Amino acid sequence: VVGVPLWWKTTETYRAWLPVSQINELSNLQVCSCFLLLVICVYIIYLSLHTLSECPCGSLVVYVIPESSSLLPQDVDVYIGQRRTALLRIGGQIRVGKTLDLLLAHLEPRIKQVLQVMSFSHTDITAALSDRVRLSPGNKESIADSMRTFKSSPGYEITFSLLNPDPKSHRLHWDIEGAVQTYIQPLLTKLASVANFSIDSQTLYYAMLGVNPRFDSSLGAYTLSPDSLAHMINPVEARLGSNAASSNPVLNFLLYVPDAQHSPLHIHDSKKQEVPTNAFHSPRWGGIMVYNVDGFYGPEAVFPVDLNINMAKVMGVFLAQLRLLLGVQSPNAPSGFLVAPCSRTGLADWELDRLMWSRSVENVATATTTITSLAQLLDQIGNIVINDNIAEQVSSAVTSLQLAVAELEAGNLRFALQYSKEAILASERAFFDPSLLHLLYFPDDQKFAIYIPLFLPMCVPILLSLLKIVSDARQKRREKQAKKD
Amino acid sequence: MKILGLLSLLATHLSANSVNIEENAGQFFSSGHTNNWAVLVCTSRFWFNYRHVANTLSVYRSVKRLGIPDSHIVLMLADDMACNHRNPKPATVFSHKNMELNVYGDDVEVDYRGYEVTVENFLRVLTGRLPPSTPRSKRLLSDDRSNILIYLTGHGGNGFLKFQDSEEISNVELADAFQQMWQKRRYNELLFIIDTCQGASMYERFYSPNLMALASSQVGEDSLSHQPDLAIGVHLMDRYTFYLLEFLEDIHPASKSNMNDLFKVCPKSQCVSTPGHRTDLFLRDPGSALITDFFGSVRKVEITMETVNLTDPIEQVEQNFVNEDLQKESYSYVDQLPVSEIIHQGLQLVNNNPGLSHPHLSFTGQSVCCRPSSISSI
Repeated sequence: VVGVPLWWKTTETYRAWLPVSQINELSNLQVCSCFLLLVICVYIIYLSLHTLSECPCGSLVVYVIPESSSLLPQDVDVYIGQRRTALLRIGGQIRVGKTLDLLLAHLEPRIKQVLQVMSFSHTDITAALSDRVRLSPGNKESIADSMRTFKSSPGYEITFSLLNPDPKSHRLHWDIEGAVQTYIQPLLTKLASVANFSIDSQTLYYAMLGVNPRFDSSLGAYTLSPDSLAHMINPVEARLGSNAASSNPVLNFLLYVPDAQHSPLHIHDSKKQEVPTNAFHSPRWGGIMVYNVDGFYGPEAVFPVDLNINMAKVMGVFLAQLRLLLGVQSPNAPSGFLVAPCSRTGLADWELDRLMWSRSVENVATATTTITSLAQLLDQIGNIVINDNIAEQVSSAVTSLQLAVAELEAGNLRFALQYSKEAILASERAFFDPSLLHLLYFPDDQKFAIYIPLFLPMCVPILLSLLKIVSDARQKRREKQAKKD
Repeated sequence: MKILGLLSLLATHLSANSVNIEENAGQFFSSGHTNNWAVLVCTSRFWFNYRHVANTLSVYRSVKRLGIPDSHIVLMLADDMACNHRNPKPATVFSHKNMELNVYGDDVEVDYRGYEVTVENFLRVLTGRLPPSTPRSKRLLSDDRSNILIYLTGHGGNGFLKFQDSEEISNVELADAFQQMWQKRRYNELLFIIDTCQGASMYERFYSPNLMALASSQVGEDSLSHQPDLAIGVHLMDRYTFYLLEFLEDIHPASKSNMNDLFKVCPKSQCVSTPGHRTDLFLRDPGSALITDFFGSVRKVEITMETVNLTDPIEQVEQNFVNEDLQKESYSYVDQLPVSEIIHQGLQLVNNNPGLSHPHLSFTGQSVCCRPSSISSI
C-alpha cells in the first residue's frame, strides 16, 4: 500500500508545466496573411513641392508629379530616394478633369512596380521563411540569396585582416581604425536595432595564397580564374582565428596585397574579363579583395617600400560585400527607374525597413519552430526532466511571439523586431538548456526488468499472507453465519 | 590501372575548367551547403586499442588535407597512445606498417581528450546543449547549410557502441540526437561512418531526413583489424578505415568522385566483413553527392560586382591623451622570501647558541607585495 505509490513517485521525473495549447496555436498561425500592412501615402503634387516630411518607420511616401515637371530627367519616370520616398511621374494621358478614383486606378500598376522594388514581395516572404519551408529548386536567384545571407543572429563579429605575404618588399600601413569609424560604423549604428556588431582587425604576415596565379603576357599581369578562387580561402582560414568568447557568426574581410614577384594580380571572371572591384565573396563567410600596390613605386625603389593603402576604395568594396552578406540586396529596378546612390551610411531607410521586416519574420518563424519542436520532443521522451526555468523561458517566448505577431500586424516594425528578438533568445535558451539531455536511454522494459527481481520475492509472502487473511475472514464469516443459523 | 585513372581524372579536370559559370552555378545549387564540419570520435582507450586512435587520426589528417580547418573539426580522442609508457616511439601514432606515416604529427588539435570523451559530451556536442562556458573550439557551431561528417570507431555490438569501457550509446539515442539536430536545422546533410563490429546496427534506427550512413560490417559480423606491427606490438589500423584512407588519398579538393565510389570501398574480399550503407533517407541521388561535399571544404565563391562610392575623408580618431599628472610608475618584484638573510641569520644563531636545534627566524618588516621603487637589481 505504501510501497507502490512511493516507488512511483520516486521514479517519476520532474516536469514543469508547459503551455502546450498556446504553442500549438502558434504553429498553426497563418504566416502570410497578416504581415503586409504598409502605409503608403500618395501625395499628388501639381504645382509645387511640399517640404518632404519625415516618414515613420515602415511606411512609404510616393509623390506623384505631372509629366511636364522638370524634377526628373527626361527618360526617368520614377526616382527612388534614400529616405522612404519615391517620385512618380504621371503618364501623359491623364487630364485634370478626371476623378480621384480613376487617377489612382491609372497609377496602380506603376505604384505596384515601385512597391516591388522598395518593399517586400512574395519571394522575400518565402526567403525569410526558408527555415520552415525548404524552397523547391525553382527560383535559383532566391536560393542563392538565402544561401548567401547570414542567418538572423543577435550579434555578429566582423574581422578585417590585412594579408601581407611579402613584408621584405612592402611595408603596409592601413588606417583601419579611422576607416572603420568613418565608413563602417555609420552602417552598423543604423543597424543597431537589428543586431550587435563587434569589430576587430589584424595583420597577418607571410600568408600565402593556396593557388598559383597564372601569368598572362598579353595583359602583363598575373590572373586568377574563378575556379581557383574557391581554393584560396581554406589555407588562410586556419590562421585567421576568432574571438573564442562568443558563439556569434564571424564575417571575415581579407585584404590581400600580392608579393612583388606576383604583382599585379587581377581576378578574372568566367568571360576572361577583369573584375573591376578585384574582389570576391563567399556565402556566409566573408569577402577577399586583392589590392595591387605595384603602381606606387618604380623598379628603382629601395625595399622595403612604405605604402599607404587607400582605405576609401577598400572600404567601398567591403561595404558592398557586407551589405550582400547581411541580406540587403540591391534592387533590380526596371528600366525608367532611378535609384539614389548609397548614402554615407551605405543603407537607405527603406532598405533598413525591408531588412527589419524580413528579420522579424525570420525570427518569428524560427522561434515558433523551436518552441514547437521542443514541445514535441518533451512529449515524446518521457524521461527528460523539465525544470522551472525552462518552463519560464518557454512561456516568455510564447508571449513575445504573440506580441511580435501583433506588432507586425499593426505595422510597428521596430517593436516587432524587438519582440521577435526576445522571442528568439528565450526559445534558444530553452531549447539549448544543458539540463535537457536525455542521457539515459531507459526503456520501460528495462525498468520492469530491474524492479521485478527486487519486488517479486518480497511480494510473494505478502500476497500469500493477504490471501490467508482473506480466507480466514471468509471462514470466520461462514462460521458466524452457521452459528446464527 | 592507376595511370588510366589519373589520365581520366586529368581529362575531366580540363573539361571542367573550360565550362562556363552556368555549370558552376549548377554546382552551387546542387549541394546546398556553404560550410563543412567534422566530428571524429574514438571511443576506446588503453594501449591495445591503438588501432582505433590511429583510425581516427588518419581520417582527421585526410579531412584537414582536403580543406576543413581545425576550427570546424571536433576531435574526441582518449589521447593516451602517443605518450603511453608502452609506446616504443613516444609522441607518435603510426598508421602504417614499418612506421611509414606518423599521423599524430605536431599540429593535432584534440578538443575532447581523456575522460572527457563520454556519451554525454558526445550527445551534447551533437545537440548543442553545452554549458555557456564551453569555448568555441569545443562546440559544433553548424547551421542549416552545413554538411557534417561524423566518424565513430571503437568496440560495438548489436545496437550499441561502447564508450571508454564504462558506458555505451545505443542506436535509439543516436537516432534521437540526429532528429533533434534536424529539428533545429543544425545540418544540411550528414554523412555517418562507423567502423566497429556489427556497425550496421547503429544506423538501423535513423529516421531524420538527409542522412547517409556507412558501416564497416553487418549485424552479426565482426570488423577485423588490418595488420600488426611487430615493433610496436599492436594492430595499427582496422581494415575498413585502411582501405577508406587508400581511397581518400586519391581525392584532392577539386576532385569530382561521388558517393557511389565510396560505397565500393573495401569489398568483402579485402575486408572479410561486408560493409553496408544506407541511403534511403538521403534526398539527393548519392551519385550526385561529391566526396568533397563531406570530406573537404570547397567554398562557393561569387565575384563582387558592386562597390559603394565613398568620398568622405577619414576622420581622425581623437587620441585621448593620458593626463600629464599620472606619472608612469615603474614596478619591480620584491623578494618574496629574503632567503639569503634567513640563511645568514640562521647560521649566526647556530653559531651563537650551539644548543639550539631550530634557529628562530625573524623577518624584517618588509611587505611582500609590489611597491613603486627605483630600478633594483633582481
